[in-house]
Amino acid sequence: MLLDIIQIVGLGIAATIIIIVIKAQKPEIAIQLSLITGIVIFFLIAGKFAAIVDLLGSYFDKADIDIMYFTVLLKIVGIAYIAEFGAEICRDAGESSIASKIELAAKVIIMALAVPIITSLLELVISIMP
Amino acid sequence: MRLTEEKKVMGIDLIFRIAAIGILVSVLNQVLSRSGRDEYATMTTLAGLVVVLLMVIKEIVNLFDTIKAMFHF
Repeated sequence: MLLDIIQIVGLGIAATIIIIVIKAQKPEIAIQLSLITGIVIFFLIAGKFAAIVDLLGSYFDKADIDIMYFTVLLKIVGIAYIAEFGAEICRDAGESSIASKIELAAKVIIMALAVPIITSLLELVISIMP
Repeated sequence: MRLTEEKKVMGIDLIFRIAAIGILVSVLNQVLSRSGRDEYATMTTLAGLVVVLLMVIKEIVNLFDTIKAMFHF
């Protein structure tokens, strides 16, 4: 685990230095470099994340909670991650207006995804009420 | 299993490859524009951008597929 974080930090610092060197001449390639650095770091942690998700899923199974809630939760995390990734790339390139639109879209989609959970909560409240 | 295979393919070498293309393109651009061939310089910039974009797009597709598999979409 320590080796992994050392690897990731070294990769990030090396990529940052390269990006600063290139940014003066070719800012468009520098943006793509930062994008690819983000992707590489994601793949370095992807295996561990999959293991954590499997663990959480198995406990959801054991606790007899509806697997739908877990899936929705996971989807929300995924949407938040992708949206953050894209928005940060746009913001780095100086397009903060597009970045805020991406974030708005992510919020709307997350709300739409959470509708079944909110509905079940409201139905529970209604069924408790006399 | 698929994740570990992908990890081997990409890594710091991908970053170095894109950095090399960027430096090469900027050097070529300067040489060409100093020697008075501005149109070739623009074309070189465009070609370098497209090559890098193709590499990046492949990895973006890879990332989105992995996220789709990982977050149960």
